Amino acid sequence: MIEMRFHGRGGQGAVTSAELVAQAAIDTGKYATAFPSFGPERRGAPVVAFARVDDQPVRLRSKIYSPDVVIVLDPSLLDIANPADGITPNGILIVNTSHGAEAVRTRLNYKGRLALVDANRIANEVLGLPITNTTMVGALVRATQLLTVESLKEPFKRRFGKIAPRNIEAMERAWNETTLYDGVVH
Amino acid sequence: MTQFSLFDAYYSIEMEETVTKSMEEMTWQDVEPGGVITEPGNAACYFTGTWRSQRPRYDEEVCNRCWRCFVMCPDAAISPDYERNVFVWNYNYCKGCGICAYECPVDAITMEEEGK
Amino acid sequence: MGQRVGIEVSIAAAEAVGLCDVDVVAAYPITPQTHVVEHLSELVADGHLDAEFVPVESEHSAMSVCVGAAAAGARTFTSTAAQGLALMAEIVYIASTMRLPTVMLLSNRALSAPLSIWNDHSDAMMVRDSGWIQVFCENGQDAYDAVFHAFRVGEDPQVLLPVMINVDGFTLTHVIEPIEVWTKEMVRQYLPPFQPIHKLHPDKVVTMGAFGMPEIYAEQRFAHELAILNSRSVIDKAWDELASLTGRKYKAVDSYKTEGADTIILAMGSLCETASLAVDKMRQAGRKVGLVKLRLWRPLPVEELRAALGSAQEVLVLDRAISPGAGCAPLTSEIRAIMYQHDKRPKIRGMIAGIGGRDVTPDHVVDMVDLALAGKTRDGHIYGVRG
Repeated sequence: MIEMRFHGRGGQGAVTSAELVAQAAIDTGKYATAFPSFGPERRGAPVVAFARVDDQPVRLRSKIYSPDVVIVLDPSLLDIANPADGITPNGILIVNTSHGAEAVRTRLNYKGRLALVDANRIANEVLGLPITNTTMVGALVRATQLLTVESLKEPFKRRFGKIAPRNIEAMERAWNETTLYDGVVH
Repeated sequence: MTQFSLFDAYYSIEMEETVTKSMEEMTWQDVEPGGVITEPGNAACYFTGTWRSQRPRYDEEVCNRCWRCFVMCPDAAISPDYERNVFVWNYNYCKGCGICAYECPVDAITMEEEGK
Repeated sequence: MGQRVGIEVSIAAAEAVGLCDVDVVAAYPITPQTHVVEHLSELVADGHLDAEFVPVESEHSAMSVCVGAAAAGARTFTSTAAQGLALMAEIVYIASTMRLPTVMLLSNRALSAPLSIWNDHSDAMMVRDSGWIQVFCENGQDAYDAVFHAFRVGEDPQVLLPVMINVDGFTLTHVIEPIEVWTKEMVRQYLPPFQPIHKLHPDKVVTMGAFGMPEIYAEQRFAHELAILNSRSVIDKAWDELASLTGRKYKAVDSYKTEGADTIILAMGSLCETASLAVDKMRQAGRKVGLVKLRLWRPLPVEELRAALGSAQEVLVLDRAISPGAGCAPLTSEIRAIMYQHDKRPKIRGMIAGIGGRDVTPDHVVDMVDLALAGKTRDGHIYGVRG
């Protein structure tokens, strides 16, 4: 089972990212669950969403404490807390940032596998808004190879209707522009 | 479907006999599911007039036909007799509460001790 | 056979209610039920469901509308949680004792105070004695299938009782899971139209909701109690029919790895899946632990529980509500009571887990078993309470 934790701010679509990933996995015949860290939410407040993907039915319903994948949708979240808390030794941290790997590693004291993409820039260029959820799905697919961009297209279409094509474009651009960094198993 | 007016309804539900068993005789099997009462209006078999200790006396000479007593009676025990142009009391249900006497603007109704 | 889709459990449940072609939906929004009724209102507004959606001013009115509509022969649905259930409580009891079938999805949430929107079973425990048929769902598919089962059972002329579907708030309601959906044809085969014995209609006038003098109250309530006890046969038959249609077999009591178990954990709702992972862990370590999952809460499946638990030495009951001042938490007290009257009497231990939405992990469950077996915690120990 792969456990993924999405960190965002209310209104940025972190929950939607988790849902899209789960739906794509389910479409391809796997089992998956996705859910937000429940609570009263408001725009701008830090939120966390979870997704689990497995070949067996997912019975685990608690929050994710040892994620295999951590996705950070908003670079400013790195200033608040360490989103990589609890990440598994071979896990991967995927961050939306315009900074380089060294800056991120230093700030979080993180030595593991890393994937970086300037999702804000892509989202602004393609969608005209810094809403990075769909962009980061592209980075997730590139970094984990858990799903394919192709498998996400149907869930995107169901979810976004008319604006699906632009979101798919954002996802594809992120897939191309994500940089992967090996890490030390910690 | 039967059409009935307010006045007809009063007359049509008057019943002397009920097919429903008395409570003390009923077993749990006799009770309808949910306590539904399938003989509607059988409250009419219970003559609340037996509770009376005072009886209203109506003076048709004084009555100004304002209908206030009819409207206010809580038991619908007062009704109009169109042919004679007077009100009539149904003493099977009149409990002697005295509201009609109280409400009558011309004192056409007085309360007397029952049995006199 | 239906399609398999990734869908939020609340939305799926609302879709199920829509497929059952309800006549009246009356509900007041309350976290965490909101997605259920919002989606139903969309289905009605968009013309996908021909129903009267009544946006009432309170939960008390919601249940009142359902009762009134059911009395007139309508198929009705509502959903609520915690404080909303408390507000409608007087009518909840009335729906059952008036033998008016209606279906409620209770998105289990903790009762205030302190104000909590998160999951536990205190709301369900509040209406233990309401006379509703009550099921606890383990996962999203369970909750979805339970809707069809609820209408089928509640409206059965031999039952005529309201049905409460307990779905853990947030932990189930707000999760996207793979769910195999039903087709209209499947529903048509499974669920006949609602045909009440009595209904309010001018053509055949009846009185409903009358007084019950002391001379008759006991008889009326005994008849009602028999109705819920006798509903078992219909409940089981409806589960069998559901199995023929979908391949999924639901039971009042499910056992997981209980063969040869010395210790059995008993739980209800989504905690069962978490507990099953704990059992897997303990079994792998060579410990003889099993799990009994109680799906049918009312009418309590006494014989099945005795059969499932009797062979163990120790039973750990995981309650998700406190019964303040009672000396014993609700589920634990009922299990203890039925086992006391049985010839096989394992030691029953009770612990309270995950109240107010506190997360419970499989490791926590393992720890709870260890604590219970060590016998040093008091009955109804609240696991994880700090201080």
